[in-house]
Amino acid sequence: MIEELENILERYRKKGGNIIALLQDTQESLGYIPRMAVRFFSEELGIAASRFYGVATFYSQFRLKPVGRHKITACCGTACHVRGAEKIIGGLRKELALPAGEDTTPDGEFTLEEVACLGTCSFAPVVMVDGGVRGKTSADVIVKEIKAIRKKPDEG
Amino acid sequence: MKDNTVVRVCMGPAGIAAGGKAVLEAFRETLADRNIDAEVKEHCSSHQVGCLGLCARDVLVEIGRNGSKTSYQYVKPDMVGRIVAEHIVGGTPVKEWLVDETFDTFYRKQVKIVLADCGRVDPEDIDSYIAAGGYEPTREVLMTWIPDDVIEEIRMSGIRGRGGAGFPTGLKWELARRSKGDVKYVICNADEGDPGAFMDRAVIEGNPHSVIEGMLIGAFAIGANKGYVYIRAEYPLAVERLKLAIKQAYERRFLGRAIFNTQFSFDIEIRLGAGAFVCGEETALIASIEGERGMPRSKPPFPVNRGLWQRPTVINNVETLANVPYIIRKGWAWYASYGTEKSKGTKVFALTGKIRNQGLIEVPMGITLGEIIHEIGGGIEGNRALKAVQTGGPSGGCIPAGMLDLNVDYESLAKAGSIVGSGGMIVLDEDNCMVNMAKYFIQFTQAESCGKCVPCRVGTKRLLEILTRITEGQGKEGDIERLERLSRGVKTASLCGLGQTAPNPVLSNLRYFREEFETHIRDKKCPAKVCKKLLRYSILEEYCKGCGACMKACPADAISGDKKKPHRINPDRCIRCGACFEACKFKSVARD
Ligand SMILES: Cc1cc2nc3c(=O)[nH]c(=O)nc-3n(C[C@H](O)[C@H](O)[C@H](O)COP(=O)(O)O)c2cc1C
Ligand code: FES
Repeated sequence: MIEELENILERYRKKGGNIIALLQDTQESLGYIPRMAVRFFSEELGIAASRFYGVATFYSQFRLKPVGRHKITACCGTACHVRGAEKIIGGLRKELALPAGEDTTPDGEFTLEEVACLGTCSFAPVVMVDGGVRGKTSADVIVKEIKAIRKKPDEG
Repeated sequence: MKDNTVVRVCMGPAGIAAGGKAVLEAFRETLADRNIDAEVKEHCSSHQVGCLGLCARDVLVEIGRNGSKTSYQYVKPDMVGRIVAEHIVGGTPVKEWLVDETFDTFYRKQVKIVLADCGRVDPEDIDSYIAAGGYEPTREVLMTWIPDDVIEEIRMSGIRGRGGAGFPTGLKWELARRSKGDVKYVICNADEGDPGAFMDRAVIEGNPHSVIEGMLIGAFAIGANKGYVYIRAEYPLAVERLKLAIKQAYERRFLGRAIFNTQFSFDIEIRLGAGAFVCGEETALIASIEGERGMPRSKPPFPVNRGLWQRPTVINNVETLANVPYIIRKGWAWYASYGTEKSKGTKVFALTGKIRNQGLIEVPMGITLGEIIHEIGGGIEGNRALKAVQTGGPSGGCIPAGMLDLNVDYESLAKAGSIVGSGGMIVLDEDNCMVNMAKYFIQFTQAESCGKCVPCRVGTKRLLEILTRITEGQGKEGDIERLERLSRGVKTASLCGLGQTAPNPVLSNLRYFREEFETHIRDKKCPAKVCKKLLRYSILEEYCKGCGACMKACPADAISGDKKKPHRINPDRCIRCGACFEACKFKSVARD
């Protein structure tokens, strides 16, 4: 991991120092912003850790916890909301048995992410499963897919 | 004779979502199998936007033969064989799969300026844009105009900012031009924060070079040599196409140094937004490009005087910029011939919700809401009744069904208590609850409030609490007045546009749907049957077959009854989740 962080740091120095870009790079390569990454950057750059956390917690893109092996992204934008996004999200949370306030299953298999609008509103309600867009969907359809993913032998 | 048959398959995000790739492959294979020499293309010109005209009908396929065009809707891979056999080989279209008559009314009232080349040009090929007259406006401006000419042209066209506030673009450029400083910036705002709108995404995906050209011309007018596009990371395809377009523009030396062998040089860099609605606000956006938390600051000083890195900066929305090359090409008088006296030109809207033709539309300013809903939109879906049209997203409001003759322009919408906004237009029917909608938007703005100023941070929270308790049956006498007073406070005292507009959905819903709030508070009922906690479930004994499906579905063990005998719901145990209502095949669960 250290090697990756060093590369990111190098790019940061070259590009003239933009914390958002640094964190975006980190998340891109590690999937989230681990504590040790922040400590590393903070020490190397002499910038207080709070500044990194300040930025990381401000923007919804950044995660401080690892992301599950499978990512389900439910849109809760307005177009999806008026077509029942709440119901879908409720149904998926129930299926995944997500503890309140958590977005990832304890076994690290699934992360349920909520975003405001994926920009395919005419297909509302929209859910993405591992990057694939499912339009005009329902909780049942996605739950079926989750079940199928669970059954499949691990491909990772 | 070589048949000049072209098959166009919609491959925008919606097309891809609907299985466009499989359809495309199916066409390629079937045609190859049968040795038919026909071109299969990824973009659907009938859509006008790569994909986005009528994406609810995806996968749309257009077949062009000897000059005539035929469009199919809802195409699936297994339909391809028959289309090829009967239409391409046999010459007779498959009637039952063709688009229906509302397909034409969708286009009839539209006027395409920004979207005109979307779908016509290949967004990944600069030559295709150049062949359509692209970069000619930039060449003309750079070689033969002076900056003041550009500003005058844009000012006379009457175009106003399409990002929401509607500030006259010519004036903004003039202020930036006059602002002192040798380093200036142009920023393209592609943050598109309104949840439920995708105009800017469509423009960038469909015609990215028009945005680059708008930035070039704007930069020349104000004297900037550097530009940024701040685009949300949630739009990967748009980011990719924009990157490619910028690269191609550099290769042709439309970007970089000495463009068209003039003294003018201009560079563009992309910055990815990290997911914060407030970063659409100018000063927050600037802070974000600088790598910090996107917190707005008070204005003045305005960005045109002190913006990015304290330098004079023009921030324009994607759609605003994409209009610019067309205004230059055809002249201000042509542009100003569309629209109303104070709102010129066209506006792109993302028409979604409970409407038949969902999709992206471009209409002249001043068109009536009724024309949009009934003619372009093809009316309400199913057999429900129109309730309201929400415009302007979290900063806007709703227009009730009774006001369909309202003109859609800046002034008329503002008078009606809403805004044109960035272009989200969400159609609501009787199954949508207006208290729930108000709560939805406040929930959004409350979560997105950056927390810098108290009226917005705390005010939205209190608004949300009141709205939440109303939807949960805990509404109190006086809550409506409380909402109104608090809303006015948040509007007046907030630091930036987010807080200043956040209460709009509440005020507007109260203005037109006050009784619905009152019913929630006094009768503890939700007429649209949306607010879960206000619903009562019971079993209609005469219809109940005693199948036990509801009993199985109930997570709270609230249903009892013997097999084949009517079941019962114990109201004390019922948690009102509605599982029984959905589980019952005989419609014997009543909900009110
Ligand atoms: C909270 C908030 C969010 C905004 N979001 C956007 C946005 O996503 N896109 C946009 O173009 N303008 C947005 N704006 C408006 C911009 O601040 C600014 O007015 C606009 O980009 C100026 O460009 P224009 O004059 O071309 O419209 C937002 C404003 C506020 C207050
Ligand atoms: S609101 Fe869900 S995709 Fe836009």
